[in-house]
Parts: sequence; structure tokens; C-alpha cells
Amino acid sequence: MTGTPVIVGLEVHCQLDTQSKLFCGCSTDYRNDGPNTHVCPVCLGLPGSMPVLNKKAIWYAMRVAKALSCDVIHESEFSRKNYFYPDLDKAYQITQYDKPLAQGGYLEIDGDEGGIRRVRLTRIHVEEDPGRLVHMGNAERGKYSLVDYNRAGIPLIEIVSEPDMRSPKEARKFLNKLRATLEYLGVFDSEKEGSLRVDANISIAGSERVEVKNITSYKGVEKALTFEITRQKNLLRRGLKVERETRHFLEARGITQSARSKEQEHDYRYFPEPDLRPLHVQPWVAGITLPELPDARRERFMAQYGCSMNHARTLTGELRIANFYETVVAPDPKGLSAPAATWIADTLIGELNYRGISLDAVDAERFTALVRLIKDGTITDKSGVEVLRVMLDQRMKNEQDETPSRIVARLNLARTAGDAHALAAVITEVIAQNSKAVEDYRNGKNGALNFLVGQAMKKTRGRSDPGELNRMITGMLSTRGA
Amino acid sequence: MVLSEIEFEPDDRYHAFLTICRKAPCGDGKLAGIAVAVKDNISTKGIETTCASKILKGYVPPYDAHVVELLRQSGAAISGKTNMDEFGMGTTTENSAFGPTLNPADTSRVPGGSSGGSAAAVAAGMVRMALGTDTGGSIRCPAAFCGIVGLKPTYGRVSRFGLIAYSNSLEQIGPMANTVSDVSLLMQVIAGHDRRDTTSYNQPYRHTPDADIRGLKVGIPQEYFGAGVDPTVAELVKHAIFRLEELGATSVPCSIPSMEYALAAYYVTCTSEASSNLARFDGVRYGPAADTKKSWHDAYRDVRKTNFGTEVRRRIMLGTFALSSGYYGKYYAKAQVAKENVKKDFARILADVDVIAGPTMPTIAFTLGEKSDPLSMYLADILTVPANLAGIPAISVPCGKADGMPVGLQIMGNHFCDERVIDVAYAYEQAVVS
Repeated sequence: MTGTPVIVGLEVHCQLDTQSKLFCGCSTDYRNDGPNTHVCPVCLGLPGSMPVLNKKAIWYAMRVAKALSCDVIHESEFSRKNYFYPDLDKAYQITQYDKPLAQGGYLEIDGDEGGIRRVRLTRIHVEEDPGRLVHMGNAERGKYSLVDYNRAGIPLIEIVSEPDMRSPKEARKFLNKLRATLEYLGVFDSEKEGSLRVDANISIAGSERVEVKNITSYKGVEKALTFEITRQKNLLRRGLKVERETRHFLEARGITQSARSKEQEHDYRYFPEPDLRPLHVQPWVAGITLPELPDARRERFMAQYGCSMNHARTLTGELRIANFYETVVAPDPKGLSAPAATWIADTLIGELNYRGISLDAVDAERFTALVRLIKDGTITDKSGVEVLRVMLDQRMKNEQDETPSRIVARLNLARTAGDAHALAAVITEVIAQNSKAVEDYRNGKNGALNFLVGQAMKKTRGRSDPGELNRMITGMLSTRGA
Repeated sequence: MVLSEIEFEPDDRYHAFLTICRKAPCGDGKLAGIAVAVKDNISTKGIETTCASKILKGYVPPYDAHVVELLRQSGAAISGKTNMDEFGMGTTTENSAFGPTLNPADTSRVPGGSSGGSAAAVAAGMVRMALGTDTGGSIRCPAAFCGIVGLKPTYGRVSRFGLIAYSNSLEQIGPMANTVSDVSLLMQVIAGHDRRDTTSYNQPYRHTPDADIRGLKVGIPQEYFGAGVDPTVAELVKHAIFRLEELGATSVPCSIPSMEYALAAYYVTCTSEASSNLARFDGVRYGPAADTKKSWHDAYRDVRKTNFGTEVRRRIMLGTFALSSGYYGKYYAKAQVAKENVKKDFARILADVDVIAGPTMPTIAFTLGEKSDPLSMYLADILTVPANLAGIPAISVPCGKADGMPVGLQIMGNHFCDERVIDVAYAYEQAVVS
């Protein structure tokens, strides 16, 4: 993304992880239940029902405001945003308009060009989620749509940034940092499906701004913005203009598509919600104690556990991972902190992402046991990966899961290293079967040695240490040659 | 607790009711066995609630409004749902989708509105008391036109939970009955805090009317006796104020300059809020179903066009316009300023006097069909809307007849001084009766 500067601003909507909805007592734990089972006259918008504010949601939003150094304003109020849509039970959304809960503040990320990028925030406000439409067939040509109001009234926090990011990558970093911060504050669960929605504003310096709506994943933000930059730059290259417009991100196809211009002509006719009193919650700010936040925890991991900057960043980037790491090393911080950092940051996270499963699937105690097996030399790194994969697969398939040492025993993965005779036999065999490579080695081709080590690894099924094999092969070949 | 049932087989010749509960359960308590009629914009569990609109035909609420719960708990029998102007939008009850209610005092005339069904049911003796709602005079106007007593309580004194909203910031549920004592009794049951209405206050009403008004200061605003007020009506009301003086009160002339803008502020506010409140009636969840073969916006448009009456559609359009971007500041925001000015005027006057008195309505009840243009109809609300804008209590009590038709004396008081206006109405009523 070199060349013309790119300007990005985000509007992030996150579901606040409260027990009950924003304006009624219905439970927010609806994801495993049937449609329209978490509803009441209020969140169905039945005639005569009235909203009662869930103070916990405001309290949660204020924790966020304080953590992001925003000013909670003296008097904020709720407004109605009026528009018709079948998922909107009252035909208006109760949100905040010209008197949001908080203004200003910032979030710091690592900038692309090194150093810290301070992204300023415009405002934070609280609003209700609408219901959900389930299209039978596809949205354009489906026969009909069904409405599920379970989600209607779930509290959302909307965080609006200034256009302070300079690349899709920075936008992703902003989101990741925001997610971590909200999770550390205990107000958000990023693993709940549909708990995050992002609208992104993007422009190439000197051109019109485009709003991309409907982004629902962390990866999606980077993808959508990268697509937009290419699209906009292509337009400019061909001498065309970028239109100021709203576009939708089609996640499955990785593209953005112009929203019909009709949709942009919405006049939401905002006015203060007459059924709720204005909020005067500024005095609460003093009573909020913030927990350790991601930056502080990263510093602590470096100081306390000797983690590298990169490891510390990865480990503290998500609350679950940070907590997991500390649980894993707790039995022996001195001995385990270094290998556990490597194994979690460099291996475990990748294996989880590959399988698309949550860290919750991993038992910390068993992971500690695995790290110990590797650290004390019982198994090689390569076998370590194999054991980890078996552990995760067993969890995924809901099979009875075995302890790491049980897996090592069953698969006969214990390191053969100590057994010099057995290894020597293997090497003799490898040398005998690969005379061409042996000759190449003697002729000074170093690559041939790697090939021979590889062959020996294969024969021991990864249970031996590559360094040791290397030493032994070199030794044996020099003896024989003499 | 359900003790028994009362049989309710009224001769509804005035079309006061939209639904009649022929067997209504009742119990023990303050209102044990008393038949109470409920305006059809107040939700009643298991009893169809239509707001006199086709768009809610067949809607049976799954829950009771707070006031209805309280009625049931106090032993009252919910004997039926009364006719009204559709969604409360009118001053005559002619805007009901199910036909007008007639005034029991003269069936060629309207009962007033929008709580015309409740007023007629009480005036005709079909029920002892009724609940109405008052957004800009909808309890007091029909009380005056039908010759009964009706109170619009202080805003926030009675929970609105379950009241199908027309204009949230102005309306209140209130009692209607033949006597001040019964209005007071019903008020004892319905007033107080409800956590489901966050605009309600913890101000229960435990008062019994007291007729001693010696030393009372009554403000007489000149605007309530000015142009547009029928001289016969003005005379009757002045005579009633004279009776109050005989009972030991002193009258003090005063002025409410902000009244000039009150009607405009009222109509901008109520139509704006209505345009939002009534947007949910789309045929998706209740009421006549939308045609699912059409796209959702076509289906919405059809349902709303077919099932809302003319006056409702007019007010939705007005309110939609007033809230539009570019006009909000000119209309809605200005109306809120005017509303604050009305509030300030009343606060200033009520710092010096105990209550303010004047006519409830500028004329006697109109004949059916007389008010055919909307503007002249809106003008009839001029004396009632100020109390809604200010949020203060106001009662209408009968004070004689002009051309054989009842006239109402209106008494307004300070916030949460509902007891005071009831005492004054009671003192007057007792003096006239004895």
C-alpha cells in the first residue's frame, strides 16, 4: 500500500455481554434456542410496552469509555432512529444521537511504519440491536423471510473512530486491540456469533469517501478495505472518479457492492425518546476501577516471564490466550514460561485457527504436561506437534481424550535419542541405502547431509533429535572414509 | 382475587362500547364488584384492544396495562372497552373506525373526545366509573360535554405502561365518574410508581376529598375568557368561580402569554411522536396481516393505507414532516421551547395562587358532523392543551347547562397537587348539590 495515502475510519458495533437485554428483562443467552423464545412485549414492540433501561449496560459502556480515556458527558439521552424494516419491531431503534454517552478518547496501535499510532475516537454510544431476518432461499429471490426477535434489544456499544488509520492492516490492528480491551474489561465476548459488526469509511487522499457496511469479522475488515483500495485506485488510474456512496461487503465473495442509492436517502427523523429520562451518569466514572489492560499485561509478560516483544504481543492480544498462558506456566513459572510462550504463540494458536476451534477446547493442565514432556526431552518438538494435534482432534471429534503421556505411549513417540545402538543401526541402514547421497556428501555437497538426516528422521518417525542425527551421521561418514 | 362475576348486559344505545364483557370477574378490595369501563387504547389481557382502529382489529394483548392490573387487584370488574377517536386523535369520537358515540344528553351531538365512549358510558349510568386518557384534553373535553367529572393527573403520577402510545410526553391515564368522590376513589387505585414506566413517580394518591377551601387563591387567566369562548359558557364558568369565592376562595386575575403558541406546540409535538409511535403497525406481528406475496415495503404501504383512518394518516404525515431533517429545528425543537415557556408561565402563576380556573371547553358539545374541517376542530383544544404541555393536573367538573347542554369548569393545579384540584372540584360540587 505504498503511494497515495489511504484514510480509514471505523464504526464498530459490539454486543455488550450483559445477562439481560437493554430495555427489558429477557435473557441475552439466545444462541442455542429456537426463534422468538427470548421475547416479551417490550422487545417485540407490542403496543403499549415501554423501555426500562438496563443500568448494567450503561455501566459496561462507561468502563469502556474510561479505559479509552473518553469523556463521559454530563447529560446524555436516548433518541429514536425511525425507519421501516421487518426486523425492526417498533419501526424505530432506540439509540443515541446528538447526546452520546461519551466523546473523545483514543486507542493506540502499532503503526505500519513502526512506532505507536494513536487513533482518536469520536464518540461512544449505546443502542439496541434489531431482530434478525432469516431468508428462505436467497435475499433477492427467496420465497419469503422469517423474523426472529431473539436478538432484538441486545445492548450494543458503538465506538466511532476518527479517520486516523492509514491501511487495512492498521484497521485490523485497531479492531484486534479494541476486542482485547473490551474483553479485558469483561464487557464483551468475541466468540459469540454475530457479536461484532463494523462499518468502515475509506478514501484515497484527495478523493471521495466510501462507506463499507456489513462487515462481520476481524479478517473481513482487512479484506473489504483491501478490495476497496484496489477498486478505488483502479478507478483513479482509469481517470474516473470515486463516487461518494455506501457499499455492502459480501463476505463470502470478498467484494464490496454498491448499495442502491435509495438506501442512502434515509431520513431517520431522530428525536429524543420520550419514554426514557436523560442520563446523568458522569459521577459514576470515579467509581470505576479498571482491570489490567492489554498494554500493561504485555509489559508485565515481558518483565515477569521474559517473553519476547512478539510473543508477549500475541499472548496478550486476546484475553483467553493471556489467561491460558498464565495458567499453563503457573506450576513452574521459571521452567515453563519460555517453552510455553513458544508453544502457545507459535504452534497452538495456528493449530486452533486451522481447525477453527476455540482455546476453550484445550485443557491447561494437559497442555502444561505436554510442554513438560518436550522440555525434559521425553519427546522431540516434532512429536510434540503430533501429540498436540491428536489432543485437538480428539476434542473436536468428542472422543475420550487422553493425557499427553498416554498419547506418547500409545503412538510410541518417546525419543529414541538415548539409545545410541538403535540410532547407529538406523544410520548404518540409511548410509547403505543412499550411496548416491553419501557420495555427494563426500564431494562437498552439504545439502546431501540434510537429505540423509531427513531419511533417518523418517525411519525413527520423528522421535529422534535432528541435531543428534546430524552429529552421528557426520561422525560415522568421517570414520568410514578414513 | 376473583370472588365472583358480574353480569353486564347494558343497553348500549349511544355506542359507548367497542367490546362488552358480559361476564366480568371481580374480587375483593377498594372497588369490589364495581363495573369499570376502560378506554380501548389501554391494554387488557385477553380482551381485544383496538384503539378504535381497523389496524388493530383482532389484537388481543397478552398482558395487562399497569392500571388494569391495579383495577383487577382492587376488585373492580372490567366491564368493557370504550369507543374513542382512532388512537386518541380527535375531539369528538367521530374518528372511530367503528362509528361515533352519541352524547347521552342529546343524541344529535357528539360526546366530545377522544375518551367519548368512557364519558358516555358514565353519563348514561352504564358504569359507575371509567378510565380515559388525556393527551390534549381527551378526558376533560368529553367530561365537560357529557356533564361528568374527569381528571387528567400530573404527568408521571399514573403509569402509562400498557397505554398504546399516541404522544408519550403529553398523555396520562385518568379517572372519569359522575362524582368527584368516585374520581378520587379511582385515583387512589391507579396512582403511584411503576418500575415499567420510567417516567412515573413514586407519588401515590391516598387522599379523601375535603370541601374546605377557605383562604384558597384562584388564578383567573384572561386568555380563558377571550375571543373564541362562547359568552354563555364564559358566564356559567364565571358564576362557578363566584361560588368558589362564596366558599372562602379569593380570585386573582392572571395571564398566560405563552398560550399564543400552545396549540401549535401541542400539535407539532403530538403529531411528531405519533408518526414514530404508529410506525410499528405494519401487519407483521398483529392486526390485519400484510400480503406476503408483495415486497415488504409494498405490503406495509397497503396495510397502513387501508387500515388507518383519514385523521390518523393526516397526523402521521404532519409529524413525519415536522421531524424531517432540515425541518426538525423549525418545528419539533421550537415546539419544545414553546412547551417550556408554557411550563414557566404556569410555574410563575402557581407560585402566587393555589389553582387556576376557567372553562374546560370554549363551547358546548358540537352537533355530529359539525366540525368538518380539521383546523376548527384543533382550535377547540385551546383551553385543555396547556395543562398537558405543562404536565400539571387538571379536572373538569360540571357547572351548569347552556342551551340544555353541560358545561365544564376546569381547575388546574401545581405538579403533584392533584389532591388540591380535586378538593376545589369537590367543594364546588358539594356547594351546588346542597
